[in-house]
Amino acid sequence: MRYKFLTAAFAATVALNFAGPAAATDLEVTHWWTSGGEAAAVAELAKAFDATGNHWVDGAIAGSGGTARPIMISRITGGDPMGATQFNHGRQAEELVQAGLMRDLTDIATKDKWTEIVRPKSLLDSCTIDGKIYCVPVNIHSWQWLWLSNEAFQKAGLPVPKDWNEFVADAPALEKAGIIPLAVGGQAWQASGAFDVLMAATGGTDTFLKVYKDKDAAFAAGPEIAKVFKAADDARKMAKNTNVQDWNQATNLVITGKAAGQIMGDWAQGEFQVAGKTAGKDYTCLPGLGLNEVIATGGDAFYFPLLKDEAKTKAQAVLAETLLDPKTQVAFNLKKGSLPVRGDVDLNAANDCMKKGLAILAKGAVMPWTDQLLSQDSQKQKEDLFSEFFAKPDMTVEEAQKRFAAIIASAD
Amino acid sequence: MSNSERPNQLFRNLNAKIASIPMVLTALVVFVGGTAWTVLYSFTNSKLLPRLNFVGLDQYYRLWATPRWLISIENLLIYGVISLVFSLVIGFVLAALLDQKIRFEDTFRTIFLYPFALSFIVTGLVWQWLLNPDFGIQRVVRDLGWTSFSFDPLYNSSIVIYGISIAALWQGTGLIMCLMLAGLRGIDEDIWKAARVDGIPMWKTYLFIVIPMMRPVFITTLVIIAAGIVKVYDLVVAQTSGGPGIASEVPAKYVYDYMFFAQNLGQGFAASTMMLLSVMIVIVPWAYLEFGGRRRG
Repeated sequence: MRYKFLTAAFAATVALNFAGPAAATDLEVTHWWTSGGEAAAVAELAKAFDATGNHWVDGAIAGSGGTARPIMISRITGGDPMGATQFNHGRQAEELVQAGLMRDLTDIATKDKWTEIVRPKSLLDSCTIDGKIYCVPVNIHSWQWLWLSNEAFQKAGLPVPKDWNEFVADAPALEKAGIIPLAVGGQAWQASGAFDVLMAATGGTDTFLKVYKDKDAAFAAGPEIAKVFKAADDARKMAKNTNVQDWNQATNLVITGKAAGQIMGDWAQGEFQVAGKTAGKDYTCLPGLGLNEVIATGGDAFYFPLLKDEAKTKAQAVLAETLLDPKTQVAFNLKKGSLPVRGDVDLNAANDCMKKGLAILAKGAVMPWTDQLLSQDSQKQKEDLFSEFFAKPDMTVEEAQKRFAAIIASAD
Repeated sequence: MSNSERPNQLFRNLNAKIASIPMVLTALVVFVGGTAWTVLYSFTNSKLLPRLNFVGLDQYYRLWATPRWLISIENLLIYGVISLVFSLVIGFVLAALLDQKIRFEDTFRTIFLYPFALSFIVTGLVWQWLLNPDFGIQRVVRDLGWTSFSFDPLYNSSIVIYGISIAALWQGTGLIMCLMLAGLRGIDEDIWKAARVDGIPMWKTYLFIVIPMMRPVFITTLVIIAAGIVKVYDLVVAQTSGGPGIASEVPAKYVYDYMFFAQNLGQGFAASTMMLLSVMIVIVPWAYLEFGGRRRG
């Protein structure tokens, strides 16, 4: 009975759709951009897409990627796909592509010469599976930033440090002044991400790739990584008085000068902007912790599930083109605080920190990030390890490294 | 029941039987079928999508070598013992006190049962605030003048599970009290009179006469509490989300995290099969005692 009723209802809506203007196709787009700055950035995408005569149906899912991804995936695997969906490009949607649930965008990509306009090239590589392109990268977010509060250092009577090592040396003086040296929130991904940043910064790009790309477990158990764990131990000691959970609460400690610094991706910049702080004057950003000025090319991308509806399939192609349009790229990335995926756009309005990032990008000093290199399963195991490591002062560095090497040995 | 009525059994209450077919089907397909499917796929290496690629017991070996799972089990045991013992004891004592024909019994019963009307999520949030050192109990006591007072169980890895248990007890004890009260009211008044005539002190009457008579109530209560223990999830998510670190993780959260965040269905299924096993260990002896016993009697 209920089924019949539903069918009737669907039939009615379909009939209504046909009655309406034929050109405007509704396309539902799911994403997890719900904070103030993020929502403003999405509105830019929606505006650009609506301007093409189609209609962007916003399907925002609150509660960050961890909450949103299971919902998106179950909708796609359950046979109720949306028109387009956000993922972090890399391996999050890998199996959906392999199962044939995602649309192959290669023809659009060849037509619009994506290989020429998307920079750095590795972005498109993470969208490519078996030689076919399955997603449209929209921005570049990098993890490797140290955000420092100038006010906190002033209060402790210290100059603002230029790299991680100076920062560690300043920790006792900061503590004496009643300031938390390093803010690390309680969410598991923050501890895990901070460790990866420390590895890329203190160990260098090759070390990072040897562990996460080649998955060399013997190397992960060796002396090079022991040094990284030593740095993580410093970070753990510096962070021990942070009593907050969310990353933006931790960022807020830095903004208000209660904490001196935070290792966090460039999305933290939006928080500083909202608080009305100026880069260079109120806060300092050190890409690569000031040690290894390379940025990772993680970020967001849109995937298009395979649809039967022809009108929607056409609208998907229009959306894919819109997302890479230079105007959309500028409008979106300025609001989002991320870097555009094409090098030929003008970002005059960018602030100091974004300009630092653009300069590094222009030099080509880029590396892949764990989203691209590790499966979600290995990522989760790593998160479990580091959230325990950061919360448990009596866990030894040696034990943590042993467990880390075991995760790398079984990583895929 | 006599055997001569047997042939008609199938058609007696035919309407009721037809009406219950959907539920029977649901039970068979959704519960039994779903369980069998889960157990089957726990022996595969399914990642994001279920795939029948058998790897034997690999998922179980990995499960039992994972520190987070071991911590989850340990937490479940501590939480289980605490909620079992304390909710039974507190529930029974409250019920016995209410049974003394006190005034305003209805009011007290409502007050004690009230927390049960709240979901675990709300309970968790309320207690997260109460136990937060910056705004909760610790702050209030310090503001009263005792500045060295320290009470922050949710921020201390070694006692966090006790902080969670407090909230669970606050929420669940009311229901246990009501069940116990119903059991106490079911005891014949004459037994009390006889005990009084024999000069047996009240606590002895409770301990040696009333409680043994309440065996069915206790068993039902036990099953309700045990089921609540195994499936605890939302309370932890609302209070600590497993933290600090992984100190307050529980098995149900492990299952969810590995199935959906880590995109590793096989591992999640293996963990949920272990949970099913532990439920079976509780349920099977109970079912045997309850139903097996009655048939014999």
